[in-house]
Amino acid sequence: MTRVFPDLVGAEVPRDRAKRLLAGRGCFVEDISPPRTVHVAFVRSPYPHARIREIVSGAAATAVGVIQVLTASDLEYVVAPWRATHDRFPEMRAPEQIALASDVVRYQGEPIVAVIGTTRTLAEDACELVEIEWEELPQIGDVAAALSPGAPRVHETLDDNLFFETSIASGDAEVALAEADLVVERTFRFHRHTGVSLETRGILADYDPTEQRLTVHQSHQTPHQQQDLYARLLDLPEHKVRVICPDVGGAFGLKHHLYADELVACAAAVLLGRPVKYIADRFESFQSDIHCRDHEVHARMGFTSAGEITGLVIEDRFHAGAYGQYPRSSVAEGNQIIRLTGAPYRLGAYRADLKMAFLNRGILGHIRAVGHPIAATVGEALIDLGARELRSDPIELRRLNYLKDADFPLTSAGGVVFEKLSFDACLNAALSKVDVASFRNEQSELKARGVFRGIGFNTFVELTAIGPEYYGEGGQHISAQETCLLRMEASGQVRAYVGTTDQGQGIDTGIQQVVAAGLGIPLDDVEVISGDSVLSPMGGGSWGSRGAALGGETAWNASQKLRSNLLAMAGFLLQKEPGELDVHEGRVTNPSTGATHMSVSEIARTGHFRPYTFPDDLPTDLTVTARYASRGRLFLAGNGIQVSIVDVDLATGLVQPIRHLVVHDCGRILNPLLVREQIRGGVVQGIGSALYEELYYSEHGGLLTGSLADYLVPMAPEMPDIEVAHVETLTKTSELGAKGAGEAGLAGAVGAILNAVNDALVPTGAILTEVPLSPPRILKAIEKARRP
Amino acid sequence: MTPEPQSHVPISLKVNGELVTAELPVRLNLVDFLRGDLGLTGTHIGCEHGICGACTVLVDGRLTRGCLMLAVQANSTNVETIEGADASGRLMVLQHAFHRSNAIQCGFCTPAMLLSAAELLRVNPRPTRDEIRDWISGNLCRCTGYQAIVDAIIEAAA
Amino acid sequence: MKAPDFGYVRPSTLAECLATLNEYGDEAQVLAGGQSLMPLMNFRLAKPGILVDIGGLPELATTRWETDHVVIGALTTHDTIATSDTIREQIPLLSDAAPHVAHVAIRSRGTIGGSIALADPAAEWPACCLALSAEIELASLRGGRRVPADEFFLGLYSTDRQADELVTGIRFPMLDDRRAHTFDEVSRRRGDFAIAGLALSCDLVGPKFKDIRVALLGVGDRPVLARGAMSVLEDAEPSDATTETAIEALSAELRPPDDPMYPPDYRRQVACVLLRRALNKLMG
Repeated sequence: MTRVFPDLVGAEVPRDRAKRLLAGRGCFVEDISPPRTVHVAFVRSPYPHARIREIVSGAAATAVGVIQVLTASDLEYVVAPWRATHDRFPEMRAPEQIALASDVVRYQGEPIVAVIGTTRTLAEDACELVEIEWEELPQIGDVAAALSPGAPRVHETLDDNLFFETSIASGDAEVALAEADLVVERTFRFHRHTGVSLETRGILADYDPTEQRLTVHQSHQTPHQQQDLYARLLDLPEHKVRVICPDVGGAFGLKHHLYADELVACAAAVLLGRPVKYIADRFESFQSDIHCRDHEVHARMGFTSAGEITGLVIEDRFHAGAYGQYPRSSVAEGNQIIRLTGAPYRLGAYRADLKMAFLNRGILGHIRAVGHPIAATVGEALIDLGARELRSDPIELRRLNYLKDADFPLTSAGGVVFEKLSFDACLNAALSKVDVASFRNEQSELKARGVFRGIGFNTFVELTAIGPEYYGEGGQHISAQETCLLRMEASGQVRAYVGTTDQGQGIDTGIQQVVAAGLGIPLDDVEVISGDSVLSPMGGGSWGSRGAALGGETAWNASQKLRSNLLAMAGFLLQKEPGELDVHEGRVTNPSTGATHMSVSEIARTGHFRPYTFPDDLPTDLTVTARYASRGRLFLAGNGIQVSIVDVDLATGLVQPIRHLVVHDCGRILNPLLVREQIRGGVVQGIGSALYEELYYSEHGGLLTGSLADYLVPMAPEMPDIEVAHVETLTKTSELGAKGAGEAGLAGAVGAILNAVNDALVPTGAILTEVPLSPPRILKAIEKARRP
Repeated sequence: MTPEPQSHVPISLKVNGELVTAELPVRLNLVDFLRGDLGLTGTHIGCEHGICGACTVLVDGRLTRGCLMLAVQANSTNVETIEGADASGRLMVLQHAFHRSNAIQCGFCTPAMLLSAAELLRVNPRPTRDEIRDWISGNLCRCTGYQAIVDAIIEAAA
Repeated sequence: MKAPDFGYVRPSTLAECLATLNEYGDEAQVLAGGQSLMPLMNFRLAKPGILVDIGGLPELATTRWETDHVVIGALTTHDTIATSDTIREQIPLLSDAAPHVAHVAIRSRGTIGGSIALADPAAEWPACCLALSAEIELASLRGGRRVPADEFFLGLYSTDRQADELVTGIRFPMLDDRRAHTFDEVSRRRGDFAIAGLALSCDLVGPKFKDIRVALLGVGDRPVLARGAMSVLEDAEPSDATTETAIEALSAELRPPDDPMYPPDYRRQVACVLLRRALNKLMG
C-alpha cells in the first residue's frame, strides 16, 4: 500500500534559516571570538618533497605578539598519529600521518610550524621569521612515473608507490569485446579540481583544563565524527569533547575530513588552555584543502552491428596524493568509477581495474559527486562514439541498451543493487522538453552562418545515502545511522534534534516539513536543531546525499512515535479509540467530520503538568527518539539525464553553454524549491569541471593555480538558465521513499557538456576526451583532426 | 615638507549612519576593521584578493571590495554594510525575494550579493537577466546555480 | 593572508607627495585605487616600506581639456571613464574598453593612473594608450615630463617612471570624426584578465587605412604595439587579402609568454582572431 503523505511533504517551503543569513546575521566560525582568543598561522612546505634538516624558529618565538611556536616535537605527547585504513580494503596502504611534519614533507602546503599569536597578522609576520634548512628530494607528480620500476618513493617505508589496486568483473569482458562487431576505445583524462567553498576551512578550539573539556566550533559537515577524532587523537574523554558546526559557508565534501592544521589548533588549545582560532586563507586553501578527480581512464566498449553493447572494459589510473585522507581513506572515487561506469546499460560483460599511486601532491579525497562525473562521462561519451561509428541515433542507442523496468531489482555489473531506476522515463521526459529534430535543423542553419552548436546527453546513476556496512566494516568511526529526538514543549511546539547537518542544502527545512507533517502540527511549530555533537543525537552529518533519505526517514519515524503517544493521550482524555482521532494543524480532530476535539497544546500541557491524569500504562512520553539505519545495501541509487546545448567558437575555442536541462529521479522530494536550486548548483559546479576548473603544477611540482584569479570557478554571466524536471520512483526500503539529490547536478553535467562540445565539433572531425575543455585543448583537437 | 610615515592613523567615518572614530594600524584593511573592530560580521572574507566579492560593501554609495581598501582610506567616508545599508528599502524587497526564490544556500556570499543587487536596481531599475548576470559577475556563489539569484532580482525589480 | 607592515604617508598636496617620493625612492610605493596593489600586499608579494596614499590629492581625479588633447587625471576611476559622456564623445575607445576592466566593485576604485603605473601586460589601459598615441604625464621634484606610451612600457611591470616620479595623468589626442576605433578582448569569464585583447585606432579616409595603430594586451611581457601588422595595413586598402597579410605579420611578430594554461601559440591565435574581427568590423 502506498502511503499518502500530508501535503507539507513535497511543499515548496522557503528556508527559515535563510532569513537570518539574508539579514547578515549568520554566524560562521570566524564570526565567533571569545575573550583571550589567539590565532594560528602555519609555515607550510614550499616543496612537494623535501627533507627538513633544521628548523630555526627562535626569532619567531620572540617576535611581537607571539604566544608560542609549535613544531612536531612539541606535539609528540599531545597528538597521536593516525593511519587512513579501511578494513574492507586491507591491502590499501596507510602510512602513518602526524599533525606537523618533522622529518620529510611529501606535498606542497604540508604544515610544519604553527605560530600562535595574538592576531593572525602578527602570527603571519612571525611565520616569515622561521627559517628552515631544506634538502630537496625527487618529486613524483604523475601516476605512470610513480608506478614505474625504480621510481623514487613517496614513502621510504614502503617498497614502491602503489597505494591500492582492485578489479571487478562480471562475465568475460575480453571475450565479449573480441566477439563484438565494433569496439570503441578511448583514453579519457580528467584533470585536478578542488572544492572552493566560499567560506574557507576554519576552526575555533577552546579547552578548559579544569574539566578536561574541549569545545570546538568548526566549519564542518560531521560534528560527531570530529568529536570522536579529537577525543581519540588528543586522548580526551569523548563526553567532554563538544563539536559545534555553526553556519557553514559551503562544504561540498572538502569539510568532512580531518585536517592536520585543524587538529593542531585543537592541540594548541589544549596546551594553552585558551581559545585558538585557525581560519585558512584562500592561498593555503588551494594547497591544503582536499583535491579531487585527476584520473586517466582507458575504456573500451564493444557493440554488435545492431547496436547492443557486448562488453565494457575500463582501467582507471588514479592516485591518493601523499597520504590517504582520514578517516574515510581515499579509495572511494576510484571505487565509484569502477562501480558506475556504464551503469545505466545492459553491459553484457564488464571488467574494471583501478590502480592508485602515491604522489608528492596534496591529499586527494571526496568532493561532491565522488567519482560520478567520471563514470558517467566515460560511459556516455563511448555511447556517442559508438553511435557515430554505427551511424545510429545516439538517443536510440541509449534506449536500446538501457536497463529496462523489467530488469529491476538487479545487482549491476559494477556490483551495486539497483532497486528500481527510471532511465526510459527520464529520457522521455527530457525529449518532451528538447525537440531534437528541430534542434538538428537549427544546428545546420547555424552552421551555415558559422555558428557551431552541439547537443549532448548524459545518463547518470547517482549513489546516495550510504549504508552503515561501508564504513562500519571499514572500521571507521563514521555513523551512517541517524537518530532524531523530538521534544514537545508544553505549548505543543516541537524541537527536533537531528544528526544531519545543514550547510545550506536546506535539509533542516526538509526535516521540519517531515516532522510537522508527521505530527499534524503547523510548520512554524517545529524547529530543527542540528550541528552540535552535544545537542544532536549521534548521527553522520551531511555528505553523500544522505539528509533526506536517512535524516528525513528518521524524523518521520520519530514523528510517528510521538504522534502515536499524542493520540493515545487524546484518546484517553476524550474517551475514544486512537483510530477515531486525527491530528491536523495542531488540533485533535474527528477524521471524518474534521471537527476539533481539543488542541495538541492541551495534550502537551496535561502531559507535562498533570501527568497523574493518565494511567501508568499509557505511553505518555512527549520526548521521543527514533533511529533509522538501512540494512544490507551500500547505497540508494537514483538516476537521471542531463541535456546540454553549447556553442563552440572554432576561432578561439571558447565554449558557451546555451541551454541545460536536468531530468532527475531522487524518489520522493521533500521540498522541490530546495532540490531544484541544489541541482542547479551542482550543474554549475559540473560546468566548472567541464570548462574551467583545473589545478596546474609546474614541472617541479609547484602549484601554479594558487588563487581565484587562476583557478576559474563558474560565475553568473557564463552560466545558462537550467531547467529541472523530476520523475519520482520511490524507494520501497523506507516509508518516505526519498533518495539523495546532492550529487546529480555535478554527476551529469560534465559528460553532457563534453558530448555537446563533441557534437558541435562533428564538422571538424575533432573529438575531445580531456576535461576541462579549455580553449587551447579544443583548438588543438581541431588542429589534430585537420592534420591527422 | 615630507610627512612623517605613520604606523597608526586616527580615522573618523560613518558606518551605517553611526559616527565611528578609531586609531588604526595602517595595514588593517576595511573588511577586517568592520568585522574585527566593529563586530559587523555580516560582511564576509572569501579570498582577500578581490575576486570572490564576499567582502563587498558600500563606500560613499559605491560598491567596494572591503579587502582591497585600507581601513585608514575610509577616513571621512560613509560606509554601509548589510547590517545597515537600507535607506531606500530596496534591500528589504530583495531580501524577501531572495528568501522566496531560495536564492541562497550557505549564505556566505549573500550579504555582498544583496548589496550588489540593490546597487544594480538603483542604477538600472528594470534589468534584464543578462544585465543581472553581468552585474553580479564579481560575486562568486558556489552553492546555487545563480538562477534563483537572477530570478529573485527580477522579482524584486518588478 | 594579511598585508605586511609599512609606513603610511597620505600627502595632502602634490608637493608633499613628490617630496615623499623623492625622499624614499624605491622604498616607496604609491597607493592609488589599490585594486592591484592590495591583492599583492595581501599575498605578501608586495612589501612596500613606505606606502604613499595619493587619495588625498583630488586634483589628480579631474579631467583637463586642452585644445586638441584630453588629460585624464591619474586618479580617475575605471567607472568614471566607463560612464563619462564626454569621454564617450571624444575618446570612445576608452569607453568601449572600460567595461572589460574587472567588475563593478573594482571599477569603482581602480584608477587609470594606477593601471598605467603598474603596467600589467594584460590590463586594458596600457594597450589603449598605445593605440591612441597617448602620453603619460609624470611629475617629480625635478619637474614634469611627458613620455609617449610607445616609450613608457619597458617590460613586465616595468615602466619608464623613475622612483621619484608620480604618474599624474594620461594625455590623449582628441579624435576627430574620421578616426575609427575598435576594442575587443577574449577572456573565459566576464571581467577576467584577458587571454588577449586588441585596441585599434585608424583613419579611414577614402579607401585606405591611415595612421593605423594596433595594440595588444595579454600577449607579451608588456602591452604590444603590432608594428608588423601596422606596416602591412598602413596605406593599404581594406580587403580580405590585406587582412590575411596583416594577420600573418601579427602572428610572426608576437612573442606571447609561456603559460601552462594558455600556450604561446594559443594566445597568438587569439590575437589573430581579434585582429581579423577588428578589421572586419572596420570594413563593416
